[in-house]
Amino acid sequence: MKVITAHELTKRFGNFTAVDAISFQVEQGEIFGFLGANGAGKTTAMRILCGLSRPTSGVGTVAGFDVSRQPEKVKASIGYMSQKFALYDDLKVWENIRLYAGIYGVPARDIPGCTDEVLRRLDFTDGRNAMVGSLPLGWKQKLAFSVAMVHNPRIVFLDEPTGGVDPAARRQFWELIYQAAESGITIFVTTHYMDEAEYCDRVSILVDGRIQALDTPRALKQQYDAPTMNEVFFALARRAQRGES
Amino acid sequence: MRQFFAFVAKEFRHIFRDRLTTAILLGLPILMLFLFGFAITTEVKNIRLAVYAPAPDDATRAIVDRLAANDYFILSRTLADPSQIQDVFARGEVGLAVVFSENFQEEMLHTGAAQVELIADGTDPNTAKTLVNYAQNIIAGYQQELLRDASVPFLIIPEVKLLYNPSMKGAYNFVPGVMGMILLLVCAMMTSISIAREKETGTMEVLLVSPVRPLQIILAKTVPYFVISVIDLATILLMAVYVLGVPIAGSLALLIGTALIYIFMSLALGILISSIANTQSTALLISGMAMMLPVIMLSGMIFPIETMPWPLQWLSQAVPAKWFIAAVRKIMIRGLDFESVRKELAVLSGMAVFLIAASLKRHRTRLE
Repeated sequence: MKVITAHELTKRFGNFTAVDAISFQVEQGEIFGFLGANGAGKTTAMRILCGLSRPTSGVGTVAGFDVSRQPEKVKASIGYMSQKFALYDDLKVWENIRLYAGIYGVPARDIPGCTDEVLRRLDFTDGRNAMVGSLPLGWKQKLAFSVAMVHNPRIVFLDEPTGGVDPAARRQFWELIYQAAESGITIFVTTHYMDEAEYCDRVSILVDGRIQALDTPRALKQQYDAPTMNEVFFALARRAQRGES
Repeated sequence: MRQFFAFVAKEFRHIFRDRLTTAILLGLPILMLFLFGFAITTEVKNIRLAVYAPAPDDATRAIVDRLAANDYFILSRTLADPSQIQDVFARGEVGLAVVFSENFQEEMLHTGAAQVELIADGTDPNTAKTLVNYAQNIIAGYQQELLRDASVPFLIIPEVKLLYNPSMKGAYNFVPGVMGMILLLVCAMMTSISIAREKETGTMEVLLVSPVRPLQIILAKTVPYFVISVIDLATILLMAVYVLGVPIAGSLALLIGTALIYIFMSLALGILISSIANTQSTALLISGMAMMLPVIMLSGMIFPIETMPWPLQWLSQAVPAKWFIAAVRKIMIRGLDFESVRKELAVLSGMAVFLIAASLKRHRTRLE
């Protein structure tokens, strides 16, 4: 089943075409890597799919809802975690979870159970009263990911979720992603780390607002005759006309 | 609605967990009133007085006694030589010197033109002017007493009387000013900073991706600052009445209503600023420079608007605090009714409506 479809999605800001007629589809339970250099249009495309920004033309659907016509329904069926850390430092762990559960419309009577479930899954029941600000970054990110899924969304959008953490913490984080994907949640993830691209089921590489490659990491490596995704990426990104913006 | 209350609870937590901010927000009015009330007071009291009378007689003694008996002055030096006048001022020993002419009484009784010189320290012209006025009034009072006995019917001596604030208390002037300043500070500055903070830390983006309506997020931000500003308002009024002795001459309900309009206007201003500012420091700068400065300089709180050059007078019309302070002065100090503050209330309401509309529009277009 296709949970995300993009058909000729385009976003222009004046004369500048940030996203240029991109088309792709994502299956349920898939881990879809959305790669691209800075300024390639990743964030803009992601904002369109999250219902935050209206496409100039083209059609996008997420969880069966049209992103430009039903953004509210789209928002209710997705989870989102941004590259910037998105929990409140001055709230306790359980307060953050409860707040986001409330925001995402989890019924009041389910929230305590929901909170316990998140903490148990992270094996973090002892830390429920800790202030989020006092946690190490790796923990914060795992917690932010769990919070983004507190309402059992069908799709989770992760915008460079592992920025700034050490490789061990990144691996732990990807274990959480795999767990989520196994339970049928679709993961749409942007990343800078090419080793993480290898973990994805399929990746797309965005260059100057266009999708230049879209396949499994293995097929891409064969096609470009490269030993790693890193080299595939550089082979494509070298053609970019746009600098960082 | 449940989401909304969850948000409001969260905002209160942000504020109260930050002890310092809480203390500042709730303590600020008390601090400001004490500062203006007792430290930077514009009232003159217990000013030390030097007297030089080359030939003391009944008349000079009577005037000196009257001056010394007054609350404003304390007789500290009786000078023996006019050259000492320079010294006592240079050493800062006195605030006012009274110098009588020789043969003072005689001249007064016979030529009707006795001379007395009042010398004050002009480095602080406001205080100097006030001091000289006081002394003049006291001397004029003595003159009048004398005239009552004499039979000179055509002499008219003007008597100066200050309406609404007979004792020239500074508190009458600064209480409305402090109200205008603090309410704006709490509402506009704090609201804009707290919204900018969410943008800066990235939480705003997550909230926008959630099903919660942006309007709800913004409104929830304003609720705690509304509550705090109402507490601050109550603090100021209670302190004004019970500590500073400034009575509320007019209707309390009208006063509170005026303050509420001003609070809504300030909250809208804060939201508007936050739609421009993406970081806390920008929000602070905009609200500090663009709002606090005009409030202090152009609202009539410290400098009277009537004496400003006309471009500044014209500019001051656009400062909401100017209208608020004018209205509060009318209601609180002069005890006037709704009819007389209609213009101020209309302008403030207009500004509030305009700012609310503008801030909502800006936020809506930003979210597209």
